[in-house]
Amino acid sequence: MPEARTTTDGRNAADALISIRGVSKAYGGVPAVTDVTLDIGQGAFFALLGPSGCGKTTLLRMLAGFETPDAGAILIGGEDVTAVPPYLRPVNMMFQSYALFPHMSVADNIAFGLKRQGLPRDEIALRVAEMVRLARLAGFETRRPHQLSGGQRQRVALARALARRPRVLLLDEPLAALDRKLREETQFELMDIQRRLGMTFIIVTHDQDEAMTLASRIGVMQAGRLAQVGTPQEIYDHPVSRVVAGFVGDINLIEGRVGAVAGRMAGFVPDGLEVNWQVAAGDAQPGERMTLALRPERLDIAASGRQGPGNAMTGTVLDAGYLGDSTLFRVALTGGAVVRVFRQNARRGDSGGLTRGMPVTLTFPADAAILLRE
Amino acid sequence: MMAGRMARFDPVRVALVLAFLYLPILLLVLFSFNASRLVTIWGGFSLKWYAGLLSNRPLMDAALVSLGAAALSATLATVLGTMAAVALARHGVFAGRTAMRGMIYATLVMPEIITGVALLLFFVAIDLERGFWTIAIAHTSFTLCFVTVIVQSRLAGFDRSLEEAAMDLGAGPAATFFLVTLPLIAPAVGAGWMLAFTLSFDDLVIASFTSGPGATTLPMRIYSQVRLGVTPEINAISTLMIGVVAVAVLTASLVFKTNMVTGEATTLRGGGPVTSG
Repeated sequence: MPEARTTTDGRNAADALISIRGVSKAYGGVPAVTDVTLDIGQGAFFALLGPSGCGKTTLLRMLAGFETPDAGAILIGGEDVTAVPPYLRPVNMMFQSYALFPHMSVADNIAFGLKRQGLPRDEIALRVAEMVRLARLAGFETRRPHQLSGGQRQRVALARALARRPRVLLLDEPLAALDRKLREETQFELMDIQRRLGMTFIIVTHDQDEAMTLASRIGVMQAGRLAQVGTPQEIYDHPVSRVVAGFVGDINLIEGRVGAVAGRMAGFVPDGLEVNWQVAAGDAQPGERMTLALRPERLDIAASGRQGPGNAMTGTVLDAGYLGDSTLFRVALTGGAVVRVFRQNARRGDSGGLTRGMPVTLTFPADAAILLRE
Repeated sequence: MMAGRMARFDPVRVALVLAFLYLPILLLVLFSFNASRLVTIWGGFSLKWYAGLLSNRPLMDAALVSLGAAALSATLATVLGTMAAVALARHGVFAGRTAMRGMIYATLVMPEIITGVALLLFFVAIDLERGFWTIAIAHTSFTLCFVTVIVQSRLAGFDRSLEEAAMDLGAGPAATFFLVTLPLIAPAVGAGWMLAFTLSFDDLVIASFTSGPGATTLPMRIYSQVRLGVTPEINAISTLMIGVVAVAVLTASLVFKTNMVTGEATTLRGGGPVTSG
């Protein structure tokens, strides 16, 4: 897999704060993480994104030191920490369950790591006060965790992990337990804190929206391997595989065969349709079977006979879901395949007069399509 | 209404069951306050047998031996039993784990007479003079498994990420255990101690085999006196023993209950999202 190697992001490898080199881990013969190589720079907000069981949490736990890789090495700040126990690593973790100490007050939870560092008493008090302010927990210092709301517990967990000023903060699904509204607020809070402290954050999430919103770079994991690393835009606009394309955002996948390749353009003949589309060639070879990926919002939908320029296909509207700001159409193509189309609604109640059963033409520009090999 | 009939509260039946369980003990307690010397005929209320206990030197000595052996063996059993529970619950799969678990639990069901004979032979073989210390050692070995069972059940419901969080925040293995694990399993450790104490305090069989001259436990003393005839004095000391054991058991259950009230789930799950409202 060449993708597993495309892990440096143009930064100088020497600048990398975290360097994961060929790390593998298996449990009882079942591989959880396979040959992952990844550099993460100082100050990055990096998201490990993937479905559950893809190995992202295992990778995070190896960074924290709770798991030891079977092969490979982990470097933090140029120092090999592969065999260093968790309590001696310059990283701190925020747990999915928050793991707040139930027998300690909020202030004692936050001070726990500082006391282990052997800081003087007044220094600890200062830092706890600073963290209480940062996490907006003033007035709750003497409460026990079970006397707090879910959002407050989440902030205690964050404050406790930040108190030691680690070089890297690891966050394991930190927002999974919050309701939707609180989650969105907290996302922006996290971004704000990360920018202000200039700290490196690595977050594990299965929520693509969360990864896209928070992260400056995303690593998409699939079956223990790193499928693609890039900025949110790169991942969305140039996915390297069907799996990545399908995991990040909504997408239509159309099977077909590559026709003639001329310069940077290639012909594409979708199965069951009597058309020859012109799309960006990439590294496609003539005659090769490939998959064409089309984002629903990059397709234009119009009543038949009113099509614009570009590649076209015809079909009938299966159903139209009015979402307010947009309408989601499902269109059955002449060849039998079903594609999804997003249409922005410019005016109230505007769904373009397209209703169920109506014949339509879908068009897309050449640069909207992505040819995928696997 | 089938369900209604089945659930109906029948005070007569309840009384019968309770009588079956407690009537003999009730009679024993009652006759400890008997003014008459006869154990089965009521001769009026009196505390003289309790007063007599204080001047009964051998009985008092035996009580001290029993309390001392119970306190010492319960403490040793709690330390060792907790260590065994942590090893079984925390250290994943290690060589001999199944064997260790099996052998610890086997002592739960081992007939006391066997344990007693085996310990006697062992102490004789290593030429250890029998007395207070051998009783304490023997009691430690047979109560240890009870502590392990109780503590291990508590550890099983314990969120491991709490310990990981402690380590992540710079606490080494020892600090993690004493600052996080131990405070959270303390109710189980306390209950284990209480149980070990009562088991040791009322043990007759193993103590008989492992004691020597000069170290007679209370149950042994009572047993030997009863063979010469039951006196109300025995009733009195037995009543006091019931009191000691009842206080221990009540304290243990109260410690557990207090913990339940402050939120069992919260305590064990690290105040995580499971219980968030």
